Amino acid sequence: MSSVWMSVTKIASKVQAGELKATELVEQSLAMIAEKDEYRAIIATTSERARSRATEIDAKVANGETVGVLAGVPFIAKDNFLVFGAETTAASNILKGFDAPYQSTAVERLEAAGAICVAKANLDAFAHGSSTENSDFMVTKNPVDPTRVPGGSSGGSAAAVVLDLAPFALGTDTGGSIRLPASFCGAVGYKPTYGLVSRSGVVAMASSTDVIGPLTRTVEDAAVVMSVMAGKDRLDSTTIDSTPAEFLELTGELKGKKVGVIKEYMSEGLDAGVRARIEAAIAKMEEAGALVSEISLPSLPLALAAYYIICPAEVSSNLSRYDGQRYGYTYTEAENLSESFSKSRSIGFGKEAKRRIMIGTYVLSSGYYDAYYKKAQTVRTKLIQEFQGAFEQFDFLVGPVAPTPAFKIGENTADPLQMYLTDIMTVAVSLAGIPAVSIPAGLSDGLPVGLQIMAAQRKDKELLSVAQATGELLV
Amino acid sequence: MRDDYTATIGIECHVQLKTVTKLFSAVGNDAREAPPNTLVSHIDFGLPGALPVLNKEAVHLAMRAAFALGSEPQKFSKFDRKHYFYPDLPLGYQITQFDEPIILGGSITVDVDGQQKTIGITRAHLEADAGKSTHPAGPGKSDYSLVDLNRAGTPLLEIVSEPDMHAAAEAKAYAHELYLRMKYADVSEANLYYGNMRFDVNVSVSKNMDLGTRTETKNINSFRAVEKVVEYEINRQIEVLEAGGQIDQETRGWDDAKLKTFSQRSKEDAHDYRYFPDPDLPPVVLNQEYIEEVRAEMPVLPDEFRALFSEIGLDSKTSSDLLAVPSTAARVKRVYEAADASHAKRVAFWLLQGQKATDASIEEGNSTTEPSDTISDEKYLTVSRMVADNKLSSTTAKELLTALRTSTANPETLAGELNLIQESNEDALITIVDRVLADNAKAAEDVKNGEMKAIGFLVGQVMKASQGKANPGLAQQLIKRQLGLS
Repeated sequence: MSSVWMSVTKIASKVQAGELKATELVEQSLAMIAEKDEYRAIIATTSERARSRATEIDAKVANGETVGVLAGVPFIAKDNFLVFGAETTAASNILKGFDAPYQSTAVERLEAAGAICVAKANLDAFAHGSSTENSDFMVTKNPVDPTRVPGGSSGGSAAAVVLDLAPFALGTDTGGSIRLPASFCGAVGYKPTYGLVSRSGVVAMASSTDVIGPLTRTVEDAAVVMSVMAGKDRLDSTTIDSTPAEFLELTGELKGKKVGVIKEYMSEGLDAGVRARIEAAIAKMEEAGALVSEISLPSLPLALAAYYIICPAEVSSNLSRYDGQRYGYTYTEAENLSESFSKSRSIGFGKEAKRRIMIGTYVLSSGYYDAYYKKAQTVRTKLIQEFQGAFEQFDFLVGPVAPTPAFKIGENTADPLQMYLTDIMTVAVSLAGIPAVSIPAGLSDGLPVGLQIMAAQRKDKELLSVAQATGELLV
Repeated sequence: MRDDYTATIGIECHVQLKTVTKLFSAVGNDAREAPPNTLVSHIDFGLPGALPVLNKEAVHLAMRAAFALGSEPQKFSKFDRKHYFYPDLPLGYQITQFDEPIILGGSITVDVDGQQKTIGITRAHLEADAGKSTHPAGPGKSDYSLVDLNRAGTPLLEIVSEPDMHAAAEAKAYAHELYLRMKYADVSEANLYYGNMRFDVNVSVSKNMDLGTRTETKNINSFRAVEKVVEYEINRQIEVLEAGGQIDQETRGWDDAKLKTFSQRSKEDAHDYRYFPDPDLPPVVLNQEYIEEVRAEMPVLPDEFRALFSEIGLDSKTSSDLLAVPSTAARVKRVYEAADASHAKRVAFWLLQGQKATDASIEEGNSTTEPSDTISDEKYLTVSRMVADNKLSSTTAKELLTALRTSTANPETLAGELNLIQESNEDALITIVDRVLADNAKAAEDVKNGEMKAIGFLVGQVMKASQGKANPGLAQQLIKRQLGLS
């Protein structure tokens, strides 16, 4: 993919060497954002803070100080990351006007390495969606075809990367929200092993599957960004220990790797163009020496149903704190407490958030808990076991990211169930907590198609290595 | 008719753990003197993206509580979310332990009018407290409420008893024993005035083997009130039933001025709390090694002290008086170990006299600080030995102890300086005795003639002449000897 940006490592080394100025990089990024405004990828810029941080970095370089592995590299954060310098809204009306009093750990770590957040990207409100059409503010357009959606929920982030607004962007992936827009827009979208990046300071969707990850142009950039963000955080007790070395110096070896093609994801119903791209990609992997065969995970067809019980259950709970009492939107005409709660929430939340709150509240209610939530957790356990079994036979699993390329704006908005089906090939990975990456596998009728590669938990470096090697074959 | 009914009582007690910081955040846990909303972290305020991080010390204290309740900490426990909307609950859910609490089982034995009574502990779980809401009353104040989140996130251990109690006195004894154990296990400041322990009292009455419908009277913060609530509820429920009515399962409050319970919330208003495991918190897994480490560090608990005091020969009243102040109980134990039962007993009585003034507030768990006692164990023991050696009378011993509180001198020196040493030297005393006998010839004659009550008068005269320093026993012996009676 040609780009106005060099690799993040190259940018940082040039900034460190004084050959590039952080201030110029920030201006370049802000100019791109202004130029590509019609795609509606960006909710707000953090220009003032970005400029002052860039000035500091340039001053440090002039002073001969070391400025970090991402020095001067502009990036764009999905608007569900708490970031200084602009409101944090999660693209929802109920958080409109909320200025974060603290920053997410991921952003803090990137800043400590010298990266500069320049803007907040659009998303489906509270990350609920697969097209970014659920944003309470605006619909982001697909950079490749503006009549189509960019995918979601990290649609603004994926579009931003493909539009060259910044060298990289941050996304969150709860059921496919990084991989899907990466596939629809033609970016690299990496969903790490659950727990590798702190969720502290990121507006929660479903805590048990929420992960933070990068959207980039190359796998190498994703690895570098990840090496900075990952690692145990005392503010998130679900984080796990890791070292930067676990993501760097990718080996890129495909020869002899055992690759399983997931049968359930290649079945009927898969768009012919998508199938053609995926099969071509798999053929190239095989040519490069990968040992490819088919594998079936029989519980996969249940994953979507389980996900759309577990996820709304957690969503209904995680959204309880938005009650109009302390920050964000408040209905000021309330006659009493109960009305204050109900009106603040019913006016503040959009349709999809309300839909998930209703479903989640229902499945957790006494009398329904066992039939829905508990059963869904049983399915989840089964899925985890089936993936574990698969990774005893295979180093990697592959398949498409979604059954179709990007669909038209408005095509699925009338039918929530059809919209949920977009996630059918991504949610199982989320429920299992394993890492997966979507890499561009060419175009179908001019629209990007992503190849999804999956690995066992903590095999993130191996995953990125094989993704890099495969990506080179698909250029 | 009252005798036809059996009352059944179960108690839930919220114990505030004495951690430095809150259960899930790194801000201070002592909200007593803090201005409103000054001890509030991002999680206590329910900010977006804020995650709970479990306080290790709270788990440690809960483990100690487990041993104090005659139980053991569970190797596996987890946290769940309990949902309801209220302004003092910023997250919209309380983080608590629903089906896998840190403590399961246990029992404590109490003494009720000389009868031993064992009450089972069903479970105890860790949870975060909510904030505090106040609803100001009066002109112009009825249209707002105030919320203070300082208390939000305070670690609580909720101890649930079996419905093993059947009388108000048992309920009071149980509450008091729970208080003592939490205090001795050093898991809570256990100050009832500040609400460090709050009791929810469940009462039902029935004429047969089936349990009646129960009421729950919430937020009781004194042992006396626990007793009064039970008495009141038993009477009220019997009256309702006898009048042909039925008991509503409801939550009631306690009016401490009117000594009445009143209806607060009926079962129809009951929430569906939608409990589910909190995905932000990994389960608490305790290994055997750590459990043993905590078991080994457990301090002496009330039962052990009671056994020791009974060994010393103290009655149960004295024993419970001593237990009211842990530092006093511990001192008596140390003196006993350093010397013997007689010294321990003597020191025990001195200590009890010293703490009389504060007894009432200590007994009700409202004392903010323990009475401080600057006298060392060694000095107490020295004074006790001086009494045993007849160098001090019980009166002069008390004088000496009073003086020792404001002095750094050793007891012997100070007793000498204050002229408190009892005269036990026969040669010195005999001169005084002879003079008293000469000055009081009539009384001396009476004693000689067998009127032994006059000897008390003569001993008194000797004490007076010696300025209180004479050993009264020795004086009596000498009087008899000089009068040829022995």
